[in-house]
Amino acid sequence: MGDIFKVAIIGSGPAGLSAAARAAALGLSHVLLEKTDHLSDTIYKYQKGKHVMATPSNLVLRSDIDFEAGKRETILGIWDEQIGGHKVNVKYHAEAKAIRGTGEAIAGSVQQIVTRARDGTKNVTELQRHAPPYAIELTNGEVVMAENVVLAIGTQGNPNLMRCPGADLPHVQYQLDDPTEYVDEHIVIVGTGDAGIENARGLAEDPAQRNTVSILNRGTEFPTAKPANVSALMADHEAGKLTVRNESETKAIEPGFITLTTRDGEIRIPCDRIIARIGSAPPRAFVEGCGIEFTSEDRGAFPKLSPVFESTAPGIFVIGALAGYPLIKHCMNQGHDVIEFINGNTALKPADEPIIAAKFAQLPGNRSTEEWLEFLRANVSILNGMNPLQMREFMLDSEAKFYAPGEVIFERNAPGSSLFGIASGSVAVEVNPADPSITIPIEAGSIFGEVGLISGRRRGATIRAAEDTIVVEISRLAALKLQSQVPSAKAAIQRISIERQLLQMFGSGLTREDVAPLVEAARVEEKRAGEIVVTEGADDKDIFIIRRGSMIVEKQVGEKPVFLSYLPAGSYFGEMAVIDGSARTATVKAAIKSEVIRLPGEGFLALLDKRPALRERAMKDMAGRRATNAFIESRKGEFSGAVDLYSQTAQFLVDNGIGEATDVLLIDEKLCIGCDNCEKACADSHDGLSRLDREAGKTYAHLHVPTSCRHCEHPHCMADCPPNAIKRGPDGEVFIDETCIGCGNCQRNCPYGVIRMDAKPPKKPNLLQWMLFGKGPGPGEASYSWRKKAAEKEGGQKAKQAIKCDMCSGIDGGPACVRACPTGAAIRVSPDKFLTFAKLTEDIE
Amino acid sequence: MASQAKTGGTGRFSQDERRRDSDHVSFLKHKGFRWLWIALAISGASIAGYLLIDQEPRPNGGTWYGYTLGTIGFGLILWLSLLGVRKRRINPGAWSLKAWTSAHVYLGLALTVVGTLHTGFQIGWNVHTLAYVLMLLVIITGIYGVIVYATLPASLSANRKEMTRAQMLDALTAIDRQLESAAQPLARAEADLVIAALGQDVFYGGALARLTGSYPGCKTARALRGMGGATEAEARVTALLEKRREQLAQIRGALRIRAMLEIWLFIHIPLTVALIAALTAHVISVFYYW
Repeated sequence: MGDIFKVAIIGSGPAGLSAAARAAALGLSHVLLEKTDHLSDTIYKYQKGKHVMATPSNLVLRSDIDFEAGKRETILGIWDEQIGGHKVNVKYHAEAKAIRGTGEAIAGSVQQIVTRARDGTKNVTELQRHAPPYAIELTNGEVVMAENVVLAIGTQGNPNLMRCPGADLPHVQYQLDDPTEYVDEHIVIVGTGDAGIENARGLAEDPAQRNTVSILNRGTEFPTAKPANVSALMADHEAGKLTVRNESETKAIEPGFITLTTRDGEIRIPCDRIIARIGSAPPRAFVEGCGIEFTSEDRGAFPKLSPVFESTAPGIFVIGALAGYPLIKHCMNQGHDVIEFINGNTALKPADEPIIAAKFAQLPGNRSTEEWLEFLRANVSILNGMNPLQMREFMLDSEAKFYAPGEVIFERNAPGSSLFGIASGSVAVEVNPADPSITIPIEAGSIFGEVGLISGRRRGATIRAAEDTIVVEISRLAALKLQSQVPSAKAAIQRISIERQLLQMFGSGLTREDVAPLVEAARVEEKRAGEIVVTEGADDKDIFIIRRGSMIVEKQVGEKPVFLSYLPAGSYFGEMAVIDGSARTATVKAAIKSEVIRLPGEGFLALLDKRPALRERAMKDMAGRRATNAFIESRKGEFSGAVDLYSQTAQFLVDNGIGEATDVLLIDEKLCIGCDNCEKACADSHDGLSRLDREAGKTYAHLHVPTSCRHCEHPHCMADCPPNAIKRGPDGEVFIDETCIGCGNCQRNCPYGVIRMDAKPPKKPNLLQWMLFGKGPGPGEASYSWRKKAAEKEGGQKAKQAIKCDMCSGIDGGPACVRACPTGAAIRVSPDKFLTFAKLTEDIE
Repeated sequence: MASQAKTGGTGRFSQDERRRDSDHVSFLKHKGFRWLWIALAISGASIAGYLLIDQEPRPNGGTWYGYTLGTIGFGLILWLSLLGVRKRRINPGAWSLKAWTSAHVYLGLALTVVGTLHTGFQIGWNVHTLAYVLMLLVIITGIYGVIVYATLPASLSANRKEMTRAQMLDALTAIDRQLESAAQPLARAEADLVIAALGQDVFYGGALARLTGSYPGCKTARALRGMGGATEAEARVTALLEKRREQLAQIRGALRIRAMLEIWLFIHIPLTVALIAALTAHVISVFYYW
């Protein structure tokens, strides 16, 4: 046992490195413990040449070592050099096994450690905490002593290992650095999570590598992978690029072969390499063993921390991904800050202070940042469950705003998916677009805008401030994060949204007390695409509101189902059977993955009995729907062709994703002369690259759905954008801004294949030069060779970025594809307006 | 977001809603035949003027009414020829090419009336009549264009069967690969037929073949005729050759329809250039000899 260090830092990732560099700069006695023989193992293991990004870009970096976006190799090189330069005391091959206090037992400080077995039983052990200094026991038996410990071990944990005979052979590996490294091999991937699927696809992508790739799936479903990855994998399987082996497990491994147990018995196949991606064990057990408590038993929970990152074990600090901050810049700033705190600098403000302070600068009241955060947390009910650290992070993605009485917060039909919380004051909702004087108040503490967040549709009403009002506008991303972190917030948002939807359903006149029993009884149900919610002829009596997604209504006429109507989010259905007690008159099924609110029929009837005006309104709506249905059914007798055409065309469009679209390009091939002027106009309106492929895509009855963005209600592309560069613009368009890092996630996630990755080409000579002198490639997208040559002249091609339709945002006159069509074949429509009988059977010529 | 939320977007919403709501009509029907009505009004007014105004000594391009019609006609011709620029220059401006096409068609047709009345029915062997005849030829080719634009797209779409042009060629390549291996066991003579079929350029055939869809020298058809069905290999090759013939038929069908959709432009546009040249000569000579 040597000296007692002032601080020991465990883990040399961005957080640990930054902490160590700070400690070295301050001259603190320190040691940096790294379990491998190199620094920053997580980034070290990234695929070769991977571009590492530096988001959020507005966050100042506060660290003694540098970091900016760039290639993995460059970043690691800089860090190695600077850690050397700072004379950081690094101890390699030092994996911590246990940390325990060596001082006196701390009275009353007992840690309860709950371990749950697979069968659900719990086992509670108690751990008496001891005061520092801490003894850090390493796997090689050494012990390092330190007064303070900074845990910066990340969440990567240890990969789960294979257990079958032969699992210890050298050709079994647990990661894949560079898929292009392997050629002419039989490779078996074990595990169908995202990592496994991405590895398998990477190895099989280039046929020139001649790899025979199989991926083993225990069952037949892929519960742990992203749907986009699964569909891409299945497409590769069907194309013969690789083999998905369902219901298969490894039995034994030997050099050159692997034996699998499958549904049809054992098989032995050639295998030169096994890549096992079967998850990793979170380091929770180790962390808890140090005396560090977590916020909950939830798998995704983080350690309980003070504002200076100190855990429940005095003197042990937790920073970085393990503390809930996965971004490199956050980690590095925390590394710097935690050493300052340990060194006694209590006045230090977090690095994001200026960003957050700027957000409060416009508000009246002259409070400090901490006071504002507390003000919002205490006053907005859904934020009550957050701690100060979480509030800070939450605020980075949110805005605080002040509105004077009468000022509009948002307008009806404006696009928007953010959620608003009222911190003080109140707002008025204009429920009747025809008469703005009729308003419903929403009081301080409550929220609004939740319909836009949940349904992805435009704002349903104009909302004004009723008095001096301070609101917090929570971006879609922050709202989603909030709901996953704070279950009580999720429940509150759900409850309020159900109540509002009920109040909105039949116009004004209802009060919250009226609908309270229904809200209590309401259940939110998720429906997959194509799932039937109501079956024609059944005699169930529930009523449904579409919360997100959309539904289609069908009726069996003769042999065939006939498409009756399309119901967007916000609509209700199932009321007919409830009101007149009849059997279901039509089948309703989900057009896309949707959520419905199920309300018990009796509760609804009770409400109707209490409110005759509501009954009247419901009867009127019902009569309208009956008339539409009757019209189509009567047509079926006389003009069976037109109804079939309508029904099948509508079904075709729904199958092609129109059900979740907000604005989609269609081409009427009765008019399309194939001139591709739409593509040319698109390219000429946007940096010389076309964002649509006219010819590709499906066609039914001369209606063609080209490969072009549908501007989905809940865009799949937004799901996994690291720099959060995909947004919905002011006219409802989904667009990618210039912070795109070219990772390609959105391209993989888009089920319609409308995103391309390409380098922005140099400017072409103008039209006049082309027409008169033949200079340049002419209108439309230039050929790849021209672009490449022109780019080389300008000093090399730019980095590839994701590009997609932005609905010609900011261009006078709207979408160029539609404007450039000489015959009127190209149209852009929204499903609720287009999926009607009149539109689909219209005579256009 | 703040300012945007306050103003409810950039104000394009109502414009977008109108577009999403009502824009599904062809260029001929655009805005309830707006340009047809305007063209009819121009033609009607020109005829009425021609009949009602006493032109001395006789109706002629040189009277004040003649000059008026001539100026209108000249202006129309220049404006109509600008469609070529318009369709290649989509920005700036909030215009729609469909509206332009619609106006181009109907105003172009109205030009027959305006132009004819401008001549005062005085036809001769001179540059003036040359311009008039060129104008009529341009209009006639244009009428052909309108007819094919209105009738052929549906067959283009039906012929495509959801395949892109690249996919059609890929399908042919796939068939060819199969043919190549299937033809290995064939005898010399039959093998030569297959080799000849595979060696022929997909796009073989001149403009006439393209327009008529008749390819008498098609080596795939010849190979099919010469292929017996005696052996199993020959039967397989025959089946593949039939697939190849069908794939070729689809490609050639697409080429044919596209050729018919485009052929008139090869006359319409050069004639327009010639028309503008003749028109310039016509105008200059008129003023020169005034």
